[in-house]
Amino acid sequence: MFNKKCQGILDKYHKEGGSVISILQDMQEEFGYVKEDAINWFSEKLNIPASNFFGVATFYAQFHLKPRGKNIVTACCGTACHVKGSEAIIDRMRADMAIAEGEDTTPDGQFTLENVACVGACSIGPVVIVNKKVYGGVTLDKASTILKDYNDSNKDRK
Amino acid sequence: MAAKKKTTTKSKAVVQTKAKLKPKSKAKAKPKASAKSVGPAKDLTIKICAGTGGLAVGSQEVINEFAKELKARGIKADIANKCVKKTGCRGLCSKDLIVEIRQNGNTEVYQLITPDKVRRIVEEHIINGEPVFEWLAGEDYHNFNDRQTKVLLKQFGHIDPEDINAYINVSGYEGLRKALLQTTFEVTEEVKASGLRGRGGAGFPTGLKWEFCSMSTEPSKYIICNADEGDPGAFMDCAIIEGNAHSVIEGMIIGGYSIGSSEGYVYIRAEYPLAIKRLEIAIKQAREKGFLGKNILNSGFDFDIKIKQGAGAFVCGEASALMRSIEGKRGMPRAKLWRSAVKGLWGKPTVLNNVETFANIPLIILNGAEWYRSFGTEKSPGTKVFSLTGKVKNTGLIEVPMGMMLREMIIDIGGGRTGKNKLKAVQTGGPSGGCIPADQFDLPVDFDSLASVGSMMGSGSMVVVDDTTCMVDLAKFFISFTQHESCGKCVPCRIGTKRMLEILTRITEGKGVSGDIELLEELGNDIKMTSLCGLGQSAPNPVLSTIRFFRDEYESHIEHGRCPAGACKSLRQYIVNLETCKKCGKCARVCPSAAITWQPKTKAKIAKTKCVKCGACFDACPFNAIM
Repeated sequence: MFNKKCQGILDKYHKEGGSVISILQDMQEEFGYVKEDAINWFSEKLNIPASNFFGVATFYAQFHLKPRGKNIVTACCGTACHVKGSEAIIDRMRADMAIAEGEDTTPDGQFTLENVACVGACSIGPVVIVNKKVYGGVTLDKASTILKDYNDSNKDRK
Repeated sequence: MAAKKKTTTKSKAVVQTKAKLKPKSKAKAKPKASAKSVGPAKDLTIKICAGTGGLAVGSQEVINEFAKELKARGIKADIANKCVKKTGCRGLCSKDLIVEIRQNGNTEVYQLITPDKVRRIVEEHIINGEPVFEWLAGEDYHNFNDRQTKVLLKQFGHIDPEDINAYINVSGYEGLRKALLQTTFEVTEEVKASGLRGRGGAGFPTGLKWEFCSMSTEPSKYIICNADEGDPGAFMDCAIIEGNAHSVIEGMIIGGYSIGSSEGYVYIRAEYPLAIKRLEIAIKQAREKGFLGKNILNSGFDFDIKIKQGAGAFVCGEASALMRSIEGKRGMPRAKLWRSAVKGLWGKPTVLNNVETFANIPLIILNGAEWYRSFGTEKSPGTKVFSLTGKVKNTGLIEVPMGMMLREMIIDIGGGRTGKNKLKAVQTGGPSGGCIPADQFDLPVDFDSLASVGSMMGSGSMVVVDDTTCMVDLAKFFISFTQHESCGKCVPCRIGTKRMLEILTRITEGKGVSGDIELLEELGNDIKMTSLCGLGQSAPNPVLSTIRFFRDEYESHIEHGRCPAGACKSLRQYIVNLETCKKCGKCARVCPSAAITWQPKTKAKIAKTKCVKCGACFDACPFNAIM
């Protein structure tokens, strides 16, 4: 299974030069994060040192080396959102989700909170994105309500 | 039925819907009549924005609601869900959802539409021909639109970005046809004559760049479109691709022809999924129509475009870093020993332009350099798209001629301040730019005058701040951004920005010492002079420009431990105003750290030692009794 998935990605990029980033992007799409095993697998197949992959993966903000939560909450920290109070919203969400200092995922793996420089929806800031659904004009209370919605719906499903 | 198919030239671009409404009526579309006299629907087009901004306020629900209501009444209609732009069809997304209804030659625009308003619009407007006046777009909408000069954004909200024919109908790809009949030299000369300056920020003349590259005899060359819009606060490039990706593609093909390149790349942020999707569709359609591929329009010229997704690094907006990123490496800039027009991507001559620059090219070729020069100023011709955001009434995407006064953009188009707070400044150019105080709003906006006040055009973000924003905090925000995004290759940027951030942090925490301002200035100037690339060279701008215009705010933090804007958390103190406290206890209930003592019928009290300064009580108090 693992080999098959990796082979699928490899076939796509075999002939192209400069494919390290594309491979990592696909890897993340496939496994949810950048897997060490997968890097070693590609390193061997392509004869590119694993350190190259790690170098690139740690350079770009897009790549995650750890598994992420079920719901991805992305808070925009762009200038427009910042001046409209995104910092307080992030503080509130961290408190609501009880994410430990220095962590970005809740202990139960329900939520991962990420900050992003700008999502390009500045005019409706502050913006929070949950699993690709965009919420504009977020206030402190609205932030709490949004999170509650996702948490409750998960409970219901269980 | 035949009469129902009648379309006007203007509305050809959008999907026409044939509304089967009151089939007896065969009256022809009346020419521009007063809004009240809209007759029974015959030509009915409903345009609803479905971009990121629109989606966030529920455009999908509104589209569904329209579909449901129309179906229930036997009106057959595809709703033109042809949004254009993340921010809203017409750029004005603070009034989203904007819905345009074109019926019998009359167009009405509604603002702030929600699903529950749809039924009334269908009943009163579409069936009875009486627009719902109270929901029509008001003065703000007209002020916002009427003062702009739309050249690039002209087709936005009118053509379907996912249909190449819509673009062709508004003379799309005509510029390319014209260019291919000319020699490559003539094309380059035309672009040079137009005076077009790169819209990515630095404002380098595009024609010159092309000329350098076309002089190289190297057989393979590359042309790259920089769509890695990393500036927090800017979304123009994303908007242009989402709204009219074909114009960018056409510009790139013309550029490729001019410099003799047959391979192009679009380097685009992975954070813009909708733009990537539309670009992919557009490239596919252009290939099918023969605008991309071998022997384009029988001219013998070959050209094709590949999309490379960025992986989230601000520094990749820098030319040489971007090229390394396309090569699959860490995006680190190189020393500028040679131009990328000589040795760029894969070591070959390369031209790199920004999205907006390319979008201008077809218009310049089609209408001529003279026409282009009729907009803007002598040294900065043309128009520029800005994203106007922050504390103004009308936020969104605007296009104005270069040289327009800042005041006009912020007060007249933007509608001025949102609340009662006074406007303080405008931040232009993102993390590379600076802040311009409100008393200098009579400044023409072009490359050179912005640079003269220590800011820069950047890609065109404009964030307006009022007196609740602390300038020291804003400077800290930008430095922490550039510090985080610094690639780490050169010392001044890597370590210098770190030190600046530390100093700014201690100032905002009330621990600043005298001499800090001077230290910031010295460090800032050193970083500017000695950094390797544009990111480092411009990183101190936000700090230096806020020190220049708002030195008093820095001094107040350092000397009095006070933040004039009340924005710096550590310097805040919450107390209860005993005169206005109504003993309701709301504050005590929301306090996360149990710092507020309250008993029924007694006034609340905040224990300073326990208070975490979160501001929850301040927001919760209905009587403004917490200060």
